Amino acid sequence: MGEIVDTSKGIHRGIEEGRDLLRFITCGSVDDGKSTLIGRLQYDTKTIFEDQLEHVEDVSRRRGNERTDLALLTDGLRAEREQGITIDVAYRYFSTPHRKFIMADAPGHIQYTRNMVTGASTANLAIILVDARKGMVEQSRRHAFIASLLGIPHLVFAVNKMDLVDYDEAVFDRIRAEFTNWAAKLQVRDVVFVPISALNGDNVVEKSAKMPWYRGTPLLYHLETVHIASDRNLIDVRFPVQWVIRPQSAEHPDYRGYAGTVAGGILKPGDDVVALPSGFTSKIARIETADGPLDEAFPPMAVVVHLADEIDVSRGDMLCRPNNQPIVGQDLDAMICWMVDRPLRARGRYALKHTTRWVRGMVTELQYRLDVNTLHRDEAAESLGLNDIGRVRLRTTSPIFYDAYARNRTTGSFILADEVTNETVAAGMLLSPGQ
Amino acid sequence: MPSYQLSHLRALEAEAIDILREMAAERERPALLFSGGKDSIVLLHLSLKAFRPARLPYPLLHVDTGHNFPETIEFRDRKVAELGERLIVGSVQRSIDEGRVAEERGPRASRNRLQTTTLLDTIAEHGFDACIGGARRDEERARAKERIFSHRDEFGQWDPKNQRPELWSLYNGRLRRGEHFRVFPLSNWTELDVWQYVKQEGIELPDLYFARRRQVFRRDGMLYSPAPFIPLLPGESVFEETVRFRTIGDMTCTGAVKSDATDLDMVIAEVASARVTERGATRADDKFSEAAMEDRKKEGYF
Ligand SMILES: Nc1nc2c(ncn2[C@@H]2O[C@H](COP(=O)(O)OP(=O)(O)OP(=O)(O)O)[C@@H](O)[C@H]2O)c(=O)[nH]1
Repeated sequence: MGEIVDTSKGIHRGIEEGRDLLRFITCGSVDDGKSTLIGRLQYDTKTIFEDQLEHVEDVSRRRGNERTDLALLTDGLRAEREQGITIDVAYRYFSTPHRKFIMADAPGHIQYTRNMVTGASTANLAIILVDARKGMVEQSRRHAFIASLLGIPHLVFAVNKMDLVDYDEAVFDRIRAEFTNWAAKLQVRDVVFVPISALNGDNVVEKSAKMPWYRGTPLLYHLETVHIASDRNLIDVRFPVQWVIRPQSAEHPDYRGYAGTVAGGILKPGDDVVALPSGFTSKIARIETADGPLDEAFPPMAVVVHLADEIDVSRGDMLCRPNNQPIVGQDLDAMICWMVDRPLRARGRYALKHTTRWVRGMVTELQYRLDVNTLHRDEAAESLGLNDIGRVRLRTTSPIFYDAYARNRTTGSFILADEVTNETVAAGMLLSPGQ
Repeated sequence: MPSYQLSHLRALEAEAIDILREMAAERERPALLFSGGKDSIVLLHLSLKAFRPARLPYPLLHVDTGHNFPETIEFRDRKVAELGERLIVGSVQRSIDEGRVAEERGPRASRNRLQTTTLLDTIAEHGFDACIGGARRDEERARAKERIFSHRDEFGQWDPKNQRPELWSLYNGRLRRGEHFRVFPLSNWTELDVWQYVKQEGIELPDLYFARRRQVFRRDGMLYSPAPFIPLLPGESVFEETVRFRTIGDMTCTGAVKSDATDLDMVIAEVASARVTERGATRADDKFSEAAMEDRKKEGYF
C-alpha cells in the first residue's frame, strides 16, 4: 500500500466541457449507516425530489418515526430483507457542479461478497463505513481487501456515528492506526479517513464545527476533487476490435473502420500497430468518431480506427504497438470470485469472455480458496461456492491477449459463463505468469 | 499538459456506444424500441454515432397504441424517411382486432397495459433477441437494480431475483432459444444528462417537449391533452394552459406540466431545479401503486 494521503490535496481540473464522472461504491454492513449516508449525499446535493421525499416522510410517519429517516430513500438492507426484495447492487446518481457521481450501493455482509465484487468492478473509489463505536471489524477488513483485489485505486474510510463517541479525536486516531497497521499487505494507493456523522451531516458536505481537530476535508469535497485521471493505463496501447464498420455502399465502397473502445494507452494517427493474433503490422491512418477526425484517442473513448493497409482484422482481435504487446497465452492464472450457488466444478468447462472475445476454457486447477476475513489460503480446498474467492489456473481453447489485472483492469479481467444455462458464474482477475 | 479526462457527457456517450456495438455483435436480431420520446431519440442518435457511415444493424420498432400524439407519429415517420432506416410497427389496434387482448372500457380506459402483449407478439413474430430501450436507472426505484443487458425468459418476463451479475463492461450476451434481452444503454444517465446531451449534440425533439399554449383538461390533479378516445367525465372541461410534456407516451396516461420553458435552455434550467421526478409528475401509470412499475416490468413491459 502507498502512503496515507491527506484529503486536502490539490484540486485537479482540465476538462473543457465541464464536469467529469466518478464511479464509486459504498460498502457497509447492516446498521453502519450506509443508507443514511447515501440518503444524506443525495439530499444535500438536492438530488432528492419532492415526490421521493414525500414517499419517505409518509413511510416514516406510518412507522411512527419522529424524524424523516433518510435511510428510507434507498431500500436499505434491513427493509429489503423484511420485504423479501432481492439483495443486489443498486445504482444511484447525484451530481455537483464539479462532478457527476455513479454510486454502486452494495450490501457488505459476507453472503453478499458477489454483490460487492460486482459493484467494485467499475468503481474508481470505495467508501467503507465503519461504526466509530466498533472500530475496524472483520468486515471492514474484508471490504478493504475486496476493494484492493478489484483494483480500486482510492479508499475512503468513513468513520461514522462520531456523535455517539462525543466526536472524540482519540477514537478516530485509534481506528486509523489499527487499519494502517493491518493494510500494509494491500495494494491500495490512496487511503483517506474521514470522521462523520451521517445522521447529523457532520463532515459529509459541510465541515463539522464539532470536530475542529480534523484537518481534512468533508467527504463530498474529497469525492469532488480526488484525482482520477491517472487511474487508467495511458501507457500500453490496447484496442480490442469490437465491430467492423463496412458499409459497402455506392457512397462508401471501400470504407473499412475498426470500431471499439480504447482499453489502454493513447492512440495517434501515424502510429505503427500490430494486430493480434495475426501479427500483421500496419499504421493508424486515421482515428475518428461521428464528430470527425481525432488527434488522439484514450480510454474509455469509443472510436473508429482506420489502418493504412488492408490487413485482415475482425472482432475479437486486438491492436497494439509492436514494441509493447500484451501477454498472449492459453494457460492463465487468475483470482476468481464465484457468483452462483452451483459450485465451481473441478475440470469444469466454461465459456470465457475477455475484452470482445469469447473462448472456451477449463479450470485445470484450484490453487487455493481465500478466507476473505483472515486472508488465510486454504490449499486443501476442492471447490469454490457462492461468494468464495480463490486462485485458479485455466486453460483456454485459443490464446487471449491480456495484461495483469493490476496493470490494466480492462484487459486483465474476464467473466465465466455456464455453457448450458449461459449464466455468469464467475468474475476473474488475471495475474501475470509467475506472479 | 492535456488531462486525458472526458466530460461526464462524453463518458456516458462512450459507454452507450460501447453497449450498442457490443449488443450488435453478440446478438443476431436486435431492434431499437423507438417511441418518439426523447430517450429513444437520443438512442437513435447514439446508434448513428456507433455505426455510421453504415446502415444501422437493427430496425426501429415502434409499439403503436393508436393513441399516440399525432406529433409523435409525424416525427417518427419523418426521421425514418430522412435516415433511410427500417421501421417495424407493432399495432395494439391489431392485437385488439385479433382478439389477443381486450380493450379496457370506461372513460379511464388506457391501452398502456395492452402494449406489453403487442410488444411480446412483435418480438416473437420477428424473432428479435435483443430490444434496445431508453430506460434509465434514475427513473424509478424498481429500476435502480436493472442490468444493462437485462435478461427476459421465454415468456418475456423479468426475474429480479435471478439477474446475471454484470461486471466491468463485460456484457454476457448469451441466450437460449426463445429468450431475449432488453438492453439499456442509457442506464447511467439522469434526466438532466439526457437534456444536456440533447443540447450538446443539437438533437431535434418533437415540439411537445416545449411549453406552448395547449388545450388541456384536469383529471386527478394532472393535466391531459383532450382526444376523441378520451371521453371527459362530468365536471371536466377543456381549457388552455401553457404546458409542456416531460415524457411522451400514450395520450391516455401522459400528463402535461405547467411550464414556461419554451426552448432547450429553459427546459434544462427547469429540469435542473425540478423538484418532482419525471415519472412522478406526469405518468399516471406509475401512480397506481408503489410496486406498479416492478409488477409491469416482470410481465415484460419496457
Ligand atoms: N447516532 C447516529 N446514528 C446513525 C448515524 N448514521 C446512521 N445512524 C443510525 O443507525 C441506524 C442504521 O443506519 P442505516 O443507514 O439504516 O444503516 P445501513 O448500514 O444502511 O443498514 P441497512 O439500512 O440495513 O442497509 C439507523 O437507526 C440510523 O439512524 C450517525 O451518524 N449517528
